[in-house]
Amino acid sequence: MLGLNKKDTSLLIIVALLTLLAPFILNPFPEGSAMAQFNAGYPDLMQRFVIFGIFAIGFNILFGLTGYLSFGHAAFLGVGSYSAVWMFKLLSYNVIPAIALSVVVAGLFSLLIGFVSLRRSGIYFSILTLAFAQMSFALAYSVLSNPKFNLTNGETGLQVYADDPQILQGANAPDLPHLFGLPMRATYTMDLGAWSFDFNAGYYLCAVILMVVFYLAIRIFRSPFGMMLRAVKSNQQRMNYTGLNSKPYTLAAFVISGMYAGLAGGLMAAMDPLAGAERMQWTASGEVVLMTILGGTGTLIGPVLGAGFIKYFENIFSKINDNVLHSWFAFLPDGLEDAVVFLIHPFIGKGWHLTLGILFMLVVIYLPGGLVEGGQRLLNWFKRKKTKSDDAPSGKTEPAE
Amino acid sequence: MDAILLQILNGLDKGSAYALIALGLTLIFGTLGVVNFAHGALFMIGAFCAVTLQKLLNLSFETLDETQKDFLGNPLKVETPYVEAWFGPEVGATIIDWSVPLAILFAIPIMLLVGYVMERGLIKHFYKRPHADQILVTFGLAIVLQEIVKYFFGANPIQTPPPDALSGSVDLGVMVGFDPNAIIYPIWRLVYFGFAVGIIGAVFSFLQFTTFGMVVRAGMADRETVGLLGINIDRRFTIMFGIAAAVAGLAGVMYGPLNPPNYHMGMDFLVLSFVVVVVGGMGSLPGAVLAGFLLGILESFASTTWATTTIPGINQIIIYLVAIVVLLTRPRGLMGRKGVMEE
Repeated sequence: MLGLNKKDTSLLIIVALLTLLAPFILNPFPEGSAMAQFNAGYPDLMQRFVIFGIFAIGFNILFGLTGYLSFGHAAFLGVGSYSAVWMFKLLSYNVIPAIALSVVVAGLFSLLIGFVSLRRSGIYFSILTLAFAQMSFALAYSVLSNPKFNLTNGETGLQVYADDPQILQGANAPDLPHLFGLPMRATYTMDLGAWSFDFNAGYYLCAVILMVVFYLAIRIFRSPFGMMLRAVKSNQQRMNYTGLNSKPYTLAAFVISGMYAGLAGGLMAAMDPLAGAERMQWTASGEVVLMTILGGTGTLIGPVLGAGFIKYFENIFSKINDNVLHSWFAFLPDGLEDAVVFLIHPFIGKGWHLTLGILFMLVVIYLPGGLVEGGQRLLNWFKRKKTKSDDAPSGKTEPAE
Repeated sequence: MDAILLQILNGLDKGSAYALIALGLTLIFGTLGVVNFAHGALFMIGAFCAVTLQKLLNLSFETLDETQKDFLGNPLKVETPYVEAWFGPEVGATIIDWSVPLAILFAIPIMLLVGYVMERGLIKHFYKRPHADQILVTFGLAIVLQEIVKYFFGANPIQTPPPDALSGSVDLGVMVGFDPNAIIYPIWRLVYFGFAVGIIGAVFSFLQFTTFGMVVRAGMADRETVGLLGINIDRRFTIMFGIAAAVAGLAGVMYGPLNPPNYHMGMDFLVLSFVVVVVGGMGSLPGAVLAGFLLGILESFASTTWATTTIPGINQIIIYLVAIVVLLTRPRGLMGRKGVMEE
C-alpha cells in the first residue's frame, strides 16, 4: 500500500490506529477512580506526545541514519514557533499558513546552519550545532527584542496582541488558532459509563500530520537516499574514497530533520499561540536526543515511542507524591513502608529528571538500541524458550572485509 | 588606557574559570580520548563542597543564656557553632569566616575520589565506543549529578561569602600610577586569578618535572608503545582523570564567592568550556589555558557599552562566533597539533 512493503504498511497502520484511538487508549481508568490520575488522555498531554513524536522522528532522520549527533535541534523548533506566531500576528489565526511558514523558515535556517556545521563531523559537529543553538537562544532572548526591532519579544515570549494587524482575520473567525473556523481548542467529550474520553480538534490535526510525516519518514528510510545516509553512518571515509561526495546527502538529511523540528514548533504554537526563547535552549535539544536514544536510534517507531514514554512518565511522575506512595505500600509493615517511601521519594515528584537521567544512562550503557531493542530481545527470549529443543546454530555470518 | 586595563582585569575571573575547566577537559581528552560532558557537573560539585563545608562549620547547638533576656523576659536562646565551642570563640569565628578557602582542603580528596570512581565505574567501559556514545552517557551522568545536588541543596543559589579580609575592593589603579578610583577591583577576583594561575602552574609542572608526569605525557603521545614498555598506563590515566576532576572541583570551590552556586551552574559553564577547548585546540593543554583567558577577556571587552551599542547583543554571542570562525578556518584550533581530531 502506498508504495510500502507489507511490514511497513502494518507499522504505519499500527501507528495510525494508536494515534487515532489515543483518547481511548490513554484513558483506561474510569473517571473518579483512584487510578484516574494515571490517565493521560487529556488534550494538552496528547498534543505534546504527538508534537514531540514529530520532533523526534525528524531528529532520528539525521542522527539515526547518518550518525551526526546534533545538539542544536531545539533552535529549529524555536524558529518554527516564532514564525508561526508571526503568521498569527500578521495574517490570521488560521493554522495552515502558520504551519507552512514555520516549516519553510526552519528549513532555510537549517540549510544555513547545516551548510556551515557539516563541514566538520564527529564531536566538532556536535559542538558547532551546540554553539549555533546557544547563539540563537541568546539572540532570541535578548538581542532580537529591542524596541526598534522586536522580533521575539524576549523574556515575555512572542504572543498575539489585540492591536496586531491580522489582515486576513475574518470578522466572525474565532479569536484563537483555528483550522478554517474549527478552533484548535474545540473538544468533544464522550461519556461512556464511568469513563469519559476527550476528542480534541488540535490533537487530531497533530495526529494526522504525524501520520503523514511518519509515512514520509518510512519512505525516506527505504529509499536509495536513505541507503546513502546509512552508508555515511557506517563508513564515510570509504564512501569518499569511492569518489562520492556525501555532503549533499548529509545536508539534505539535516535540512529535512530541521523542517520536522520546525513543523513541531509550528504545531506547538498552533496549539497554544505563544513562543518563548527557552524552547531553543540546549537542554531542550538534549531532550530530543534523550527521546530518540531511549526509543531506539535508527528505528522507525523508536523515536515516537521514546517521545511518548518520556512525556507520559514526566507527567505521571510529577503527580506521584508521598501520600500516593504510602497508599501503595500500605500492605507493608509500618517501618518498612516508611523506609520504602523514603527510598523512592527522591525519584518522584520533582525528582523526575533524576529518574530520567539514570534511565538514560542505563539505556546508553546496556541497551544502545533503546526500547525497540529491548522489545526485540524480550521477543527473542520468549521465542527461544519455546523452541529450546531444536537448538540449531544461528546462521550468523561475518561480512567479508 | 585604564579602561582597557579594566576590561582585561574584568575578563580574568571568568577567563580563569574557563581555563581551569578547559584544562581538565583537555587532560581527559588528551589522556583517555573521552569527551566528558559531565565535566561541568564536576565544577558544580566542587562549588557545593564549599557549600557543604560552610554548612558543616555552621552546625550549632542551642544554649539558654541566663544573663540576657528576650522581650518576654525568658532567657535568650543563643546558638553557638560547635567549632566556636571547641576552639574558642575567636578561632572558631575565623574558621567559619575562612570556610571557602578551607574548602579547598576538603574538596581535593572528595574530587579525586569522585573522579576515580567515575573513571573506573563508568568511563572505562566507553573507551572503545564511538564519541557519540561517550557524549551521551556523560550527558546522562551530568543530569544525574545535577539532580542529586538539587535534591539535597534545593534549586536556589546559596551564598558562599569570601573571608572578610578578602572581600571588598582595592584601588589597583593607584598602584600602577593611574588616577585614584580609575580601576577598582574586587579582591576576591584577584585571589581567584592568582589561584587559577597557581593551579595551572602546578598541573604543568607536575606533568613537566615529575617522572609520573613524563610517563603520562609519553602515554598521551603514544599509548601503545608506553604500554609495551611494561608500564601500566591505564592506572596512570585513571589518576589523571582524578586530577582533572580535582582541577574542575577547585575551580568550582573558589568560584562560589563570585557567583552563588546553584545546581545548574555546571551546565552553564560546560557549553562555554567546550567551545574554549575547541578554540584552543583539542588535546592541547597550553591551548586550552590560552583560549580560556583570551575568550574571557574578549567577552569582557564585548560587554562594554561601546561594543553593545555598536553591535547589540555582541556580548552574548561573541564566544560562539569566535568558535565558529575558528572551527571553520582552523579546525585544529589555536595550538592544536596537526591531525588530532581534524575531521
